[in-house]
Amino acid sequence: MDTETAPGRFGRYGGRYVPETLVPAHLELEQAYAEARKDPAFDEQVSQVLREYVGRETPLTPARRLTELWGGAEVWLKREDLAHTGAHKINNTIGQVLLARRMGKKRIIAETGAGQHGVATATACALFGMPCEVFMGAVDVERQSLNVFRMKALGAKVTPVESGSRTLKDAMNEAMRTWVAQVEDTYYVIGSAAGPHPYPTIVRDFQSVIGREVRTQSLVAFGKLPDAIIACIGGGSNAIGILHPFIHDKDVRLVGVEAGGHGLSSGQHGASLTLGTEGVLHGSRSLVLQDENGQIIEAHSISAGLDYPGVGPELAHLAKTGRLEVRTATDDEALAAFYRVSRTEGILPALESSHAFARAEDLARELGKGKHLVINCSGRGDKDVATIAARGIPAAIGQEGA
Amino acid sequence: MSGEIAEAFARAKARGEGALVAYAMAGDPDLARSVDVFAACVEGGADILEIGVAFSDPIADGPVIQAASERALKAGATLRRVLDEVVPAVRERCPQTPLVVMTYVNVVMALGEERYAKLARERGVAGTILPDLPPEESASIRAAFDKEGLALIPLCAPTTSPARAETIAKDARGFVYCVSVAGVTGMRSELPANLSERLELVRRFSPVPVVAGFGISTAEQAGVVGAHADGVVVGSAIVRAAQADGPAAARQVCAELKRGLKR
Repeated sequence: MDTETAPGRFGRYGGRYVPETLVPAHLELEQAYAEARKDPAFDEQVSQVLREYVGRETPLTPARRLTELWGGAEVWLKREDLAHTGAHKINNTIGQVLLARRMGKKRIIAETGAGQHGVATATACALFGMPCEVFMGAVDVERQSLNVFRMKALGAKVTPVESGSRTLKDAMNEAMRTWVAQVEDTYYVIGSAAGPHPYPTIVRDFQSVIGREVRTQSLVAFGKLPDAIIACIGGGSNAIGILHPFIHDKDVRLVGVEAGGHGLSSGQHGASLTLGTEGVLHGSRSLVLQDENGQIIEAHSISAGLDYPGVGPELAHLAKTGRLEVRTATDDEALAAFYRVSRTEGILPALESSHAFARAEDLARELGKGKHLVINCSGRGDKDVATIAARGIPAAIGQEGA
Repeated sequence: MSGEIAEAFARAKARGEGALVAYAMAGDPDLARSVDVFAACVEGGADILEIGVAFSDPIADGPVIQAASERALKAGATLRRVLDEVVPAVRERCPQTPLVVMTYVNVVMALGEERYAKLARERGVAGTILPDLPPEESASIRAAFDKEGLALIPLCAPTTSPARAETIAKDARGFVYCVSVAGVTGMRSELPANLSERLELVRRFSPVPVVAGFGISTAEQAGVVGAHADGVVVGSAIVRAAQADGPAAARQVCAELKRGLKR
């Protein structure tokens, strides 16, 4: 099942590019995680919490009206928006916070973009009684005020980050810098399948529950594996989570959708798989948005969760080897998809997921009737309503708006 | 090559002093004026200059150097321009002082490991510090540097185990940079009590000099640490002084630190 070519390496990508101060902590984490994986009791503990608390498994919902509207493949939605806290992020934070407890760590830090990972980390910390600090770019603090409130209500400290672009990448820098200073008793919960080894592996493993469920559910629902699966990609945790269990199923097309922002030619986007070049950011070698001097370019997306100039190393490897098909959707396309899905299915998807929906329409048509398409509805759009409403609510969205 | 570095340490030792490795950011506040800051550090007594090349996402740096990176990037500092404009100018004004570049691995990768090593040596750089390149990831860069005789200077941290410290020290080129505190760069009022033991441990295994850095800003701290090391690295205190009051202030900080390093 693995695409790992060596521990923490996915083809050319991955690795562990961190200050020496943090290397021992990563070695400790690597070992603790390897031991935890070998312990069936740990696996059962994680599964139990996911079942009893998170509400797994999440449904695989037929999207009958979208299917009819698009007139192509049968469309199914993997409903991570129905997981506790409203996004897939909780799958990973439950796992990592349990791992931190197992390691005897005393406090938790995390970074967050859209706030979903911050909320999920704060939730897991509340559940297990651990102090929690979440770093969040000041820009994101502003545009995701609902999630900031949720984190604070859950007892977490939210620290706005004022440096750089004041978004996710800077929050990640600040979390790493803080971790360097408090590494002895602090566990850093990374939210995406990015960062230094062993995080891309840990996050992917905890998120793979999504894809494993889809395998079983699709066999029950339509008697075979899907013909294609589509997910949005920022750092890529929902994407690798739903796609990874299908990597070796050659007949299943795996499609990722990146943030096209104002358009690829505008220079303002988050399309690191499409337009990025090889580099090292946040401790991992992957595809990153950078200038010719190796300086990281600020990403842009209407969706805070996709506003990141890097991507997980495993997805970079899958994209470079051709296993993963990569497409992009612009801000406007994502917004249109948001309304379309809201009005045809009664589901407000997160702006992140709306990118996947935007390209799912083309894909459904491409695939044609009789085929089955699964869209990862990775989170719910409640957190984004202020951003979306600020643009004005259209009276009608195409033909189904009436 | 790294012979220059060894000679600089030897000269300081012969004078009965610990060596001062002075860090400043190339391009802060602009390329030309940063050359003045480097020259002023040498006038103040710096034995080795550490030339910071800005990176947009400096995960090992504290607020002072991070802010300096942002200023330098705004002023157009790139690795290529630092090598073409800053290094030769500093070299000309301070011909006796070994120059060491400190930047992040992505900046070097973007230029190309081999191309960087060649250009750096041609311009007169003796060594390079990459704080986000641990030994496990350093094989190809190290080979490229060795080929050109450019020292890849390793870091050792308070969290590094003795066994790991031994491995790092044994393979070191130029000098070993011992990070004195678990944390990012920046001034500290107190240094950890067991720092001297750690320095002695690394010195036992290292074929090259051992310096301590991170958190050192006063003559007194330099004196205490310098007693157990071949020298100290000071960055944030110099960067802050230069930003506030220009090159003369940087010179004064260096002179003050040098007083602390006399044995």
